[in-house]
Amino acid sequence: MKPIDTISDEALRDENLRDQGLGETGTGKTLVIACGALAREVLAVIEMNALEHLTLTCLPAILHNEPTKIPAAVERAVTEHRADYDQILVAYGDCGTGGQLQTLCDRLGVTMIDAPHCYAFFDGMEVFTTRDEPTTFYLTDFLARQFDTFVWKPLGLDRYPDLLPMYFGNYEKLVYLAQTEDEGLTDVAREAAERLRLRFERRFTGYGDLGRFLVDSQRD
Amino acid sequence: MSDEEDDLILSELNDEELTEQMMDDLYDGLKEEIEEAVQILLDRNWTPYDILTKSLVAGMQIVGDDFRDGILFVPEVLRAAQAMKGGMAILKPLLVETGAPKMGKMVIGTVKGDIHDIGKNLVAMMMEGAGFEIIDLGINTEAENYIGTAEREGADIIGMSALLTTTMPYMKTVIESLSEQGLRDKYIVLCGGAPLNEEFGNAIGADAYCDDAAIAVETAKKLVAARHNQV
Repeated sequence: MKPIDTISDEALRDENLRDQGLGETGTGKTLVIACGALAREVLAVIEMNALEHLTLTCLPAILHNEPTKIPAAVERAVTEHRADYDQILVAYGDCGTGGQLQTLCDRLGVTMIDAPHCYAFFDGMEVFTTRDEPTTFYLTDFLARQFDTFVWKPLGLDRYPDLLPMYFGNYEKLVYLAQTEDEGLTDVAREAAERLRLRFERRFTGYGDLGRFLVDSQRD
Repeated sequence: MSDEEDDLILSELNDEELTEQMMDDLYDGLKEEIEEAVQILLDRNWTPYDILTKSLVAGMQIVGDDFRDGILFVPEVLRAAQAMKGGMAILKPLLVETGAPKMGKMVIGTVKGDIHDIGKNLVAMMMEGAGFEIIDLGINTEAENYIGTAEREGADIIGMSALLTTTMPYMKTVIESLSEQGLRDKYIVLCGGAPLNEEFGNAIGADAYCDDAAIAVETAKKLVAARHNQV
């Protein structure tokens, strides 16, 4: 287990978070099992709020592209780490598991985030639900950085650009929900919108309900 | 594609070679080649129904099997579907004229709040290929639209699709609405979509959850046949 302040840039490289996840980082007795796509954001919340009771480990973010595999991966992680911690938090939304992850967390007695996706809890569930934007495609900081790996290539748009209308013909805009102020990343997200032929909008969200979820764990 | 394939002249192939080639071309998502081959078989006096079932549907069956086995992925399936759609566009008016067998009528749509239609479109196309008449309600479909259209059109099946965890519960609303109107037993209700599973299908009271387009076709055939056999 590594203290958070000793974590290397290499460990937080997007490619590593995507394919391998992140080993246990921190010294707290509450373990956060998160999607690799949230590693930087969880660490930022821990640092900003001095949440020393938390330790973070991440599963490979690429599971995002095969949601049916998420519950089994979370179960393995909970089983592996349960004996070493007082409490386990699962920093995932439903993430396309069709309620399977919630059912699993209920069975294991661990808490997960009550939201359909990471972009919903960054936006804040109340706001996200009120907006009700079915024709909007969302990117977060991580998804903007990893647009090619998580969106463009898996959909085959690098090989078959003619499929674009089949995938995105019913969408109207791309909303980049920004966790950080980063002009370069905003340009990347804007370019993604252009490639998908969607209107672009940027909303700064910060860490939204993810922050509240982690901070509230102090009270449990 | 190899030079040999580049040089292939479809009209010079005999019927058996041509249908084999069509299955390969479908697999490779070659829409223009499929359209050309369909026209060649029509010129050879094949019935539209035979062209549909012996080349296009048979070819898509292979695509579906390889998708299920993890050999093909969504982009390749969509390319194959585009190619099949090209062939279907030629055959569809002719199928009506020549009185191809009718399996039943299905009203299909993506549920309210959801705009994802790739899976729904694949199911609709494969059902059509299997002889079902399809009334496609498109995306963002409300219960009244499913039920009203099914009633008006005398449908046998209501098919609902959803990609989002947040929209899939609406399927239950549609089924409850059917029940409230005393119409639940009148229709076979099928549901499908990436976040769904059999347990969900059972929980909302659907007749079946369909994991993919090929399963939807088999399930629909089975349930329609069972219904016809009821006394």
